[in-house]
Amino acid sequence: MRAWKFGDDINTDVITPGRYTVTTDRKRLGEIAFIEYRPEFAKEVKEGDVIVAGNNFGCGSSREHSPVAIKAAGISAVIAKSFARIFFRNSINIGLPLFVSEGADKIDDGDEVEINIKSGEIRDITKGIVLKAKPLPEFMQRIVEKGGLVNFLRSDGYDNV
Amino acid sequence: MGSTITEKILANASHKKAVSPGDFVVADVSYVMAHDSTGPLAIESFYKITDKVFNKDRVIIVFDHFFPAPTVAGATMHQKSRKFVMDQKLSGFYTNGVCHQLLVEKYISPGDVLVGADSHTCTEGALGAFTTGLGSTDIGGAMATGKCWFKVPESLKFNLTGSTKKGVYAKDVILSIVGDVGAAGALYKACEFTGDYVKNASVSSRLTLCNMAIEMGGKNGIVEADQKTLDFLEGRTGKIFKSDKDAVYEDQYEIEVANIEPQVALPPVVDNVETVSAVEGRPIDQAFLGTCTNGRLEDIEVATRILKGKKIARNVRFIVSPASEDIYFAAFEKGYLQDLVKAGATICNPSCGACVGRHEGVLCEGETCISSQNRNFTGRMGDPKAEIILASPATVAASALAGKIVDPRDYV
Repeated sequence: MRAWKFGDDINTDVITPGRYTVTTDRKRLGEIAFIEYRPEFAKEVKEGDVIVAGNNFGCGSSREHSPVAIKAAGISAVIAKSFARIFFRNSINIGLPLFVSEGADKIDDGDEVEINIKSGEIRDITKGIVLKAKPLPEFMQRIVEKGGLVNFLRSDGYDNV
Repeated sequence: MGSTITEKILANASHKKAVSPGDFVVADVSYVMAHDSTGPLAIESFYKITDKVFNKDRVIIVFDHFFPAPTVAGATMHQKSRKFVMDQKLSGFYTNGVCHQLLVEKYISPGDVLVGADSHTCTEGALGAFTTGLGSTDIGGAMATGKCWFKVPESLKFNLTGSTKKGVYAKDVILSIVGDVGAAGALYKACEFTGDYVKNASVSSRLTLCNMAIEMGGKNGIVEADQKTLDFLEGRTGKIFKSDKDAVYEDQYEIEVANIEPQVALPPVVDNVETVSAVEGRPIDQAFLGTCTNGRLEDIEVATRILKGKKIARNVRFIVSPASEDIYFAAFEKGYLQDLVKAGATICNPSCGACVGRHEGVLCEGETCISSQNRNFTGRMGDPKAEIILASPATVAASALAGKIVDPRDYV
């Protein structure tokens, strides 16, 4: 899986500019991911590729269109040094796996990367290095395991929290 | 060990005696809000969970991001949300203001828990409530259950003392703080604003401070409710929580506001803050006064004092969007809107207006806008090669008059 590298403070206007988010059509949102910031992204990204970023990825607006667009574009996971709060929750809620790793810096654009979603082990095959992601708190892990908040509320609900 | 206001409100809403940072809690929410941009996705998630909202008087829909619809796509989004409002018989449906301002005017009381599908839902915390922005699926879940899960945040204390100098406003204070703390400096944290500056500040100015907590990554902004808050609520009551003297803060910032000069945030990020002198003389194409940050009566009043009886520069369009119908009427009754129109302003309907780049003042390549809003991200107001500079309403109005960025202290 190819790594697409981004910097710090990548905001939701960069991921999905407001002028393009007047829709709930997933396919269309996948086509507009990073449309102005990195126009080649949506055209060249392959199913299963990963995004690797610096600090505060997804800052700005609460628009869920941003993680939806990233997922619809084919991205299987996002690795970053840190995530903005609302983007983090949104991704968990829609089933886009996120990994917080201080070592995200070590991965370069175009590197071949493998992630063990369960263990959080990130392998940069190009460089021959292995990074470890911080595990999710147990409560959030439960939501992820259900495939997002909608399924969690339908099956478990809040009564047993 | 004592608790902060945020911890006390979350403990109360989750029926616990006390909570600590890092705890996961499920809290009852007082109100759930979505707007025209985030509503349709929230509604899709909602219907996957259930078919009836938890309380038809506590789920609120506001059309403010693109109202009236500027495109067919926008009208289609409105149609989806409007059907939801009608099918669910919601009592709270508005098209006459920015969601946060309407919530402040009509709903929120101290001690409430508000979740809104808009990142600037931190604004309403200025009334002593826990208010935070979430995405659409979380909001769909809250519409269905009347509950939401939270990780109790660590709190940061911003102790603001003294008084600002003439020509310096709450917007300059919060821009200065964002510049110091950084765009991720308060990530996941509760931002509590306190000190004699905050106590003396109007509710409107407190709203401006809390509004930009998210620009530091904050989970919520909050100000302890006091008599001024209660006077503003005009009879709405709530439960006032105060931070204990021995409450634990992760960090404490001591800020003497008299040292703050008029500030600007230069593109492309909000923490790229300088004093206005750094860009004095830079030509502008558009000046925008409005939004949940600075579209209130005191903001329009400041602008009117600068522009009354004068004409804005020919190279500038000056757009004003009052933040709500009440503000629009009050500004009209006081003659502010008439004075601004005579000075060359274009008054838009109470809404987010130009801030989100969908209508009512879109920028083309190479243009610069000075705005009283809260975000200067690339492409936000139109073409990605347009630039947005954030400033106080006084700096915006004075710059509209001069046709270039100026220090407002020469005009107030």
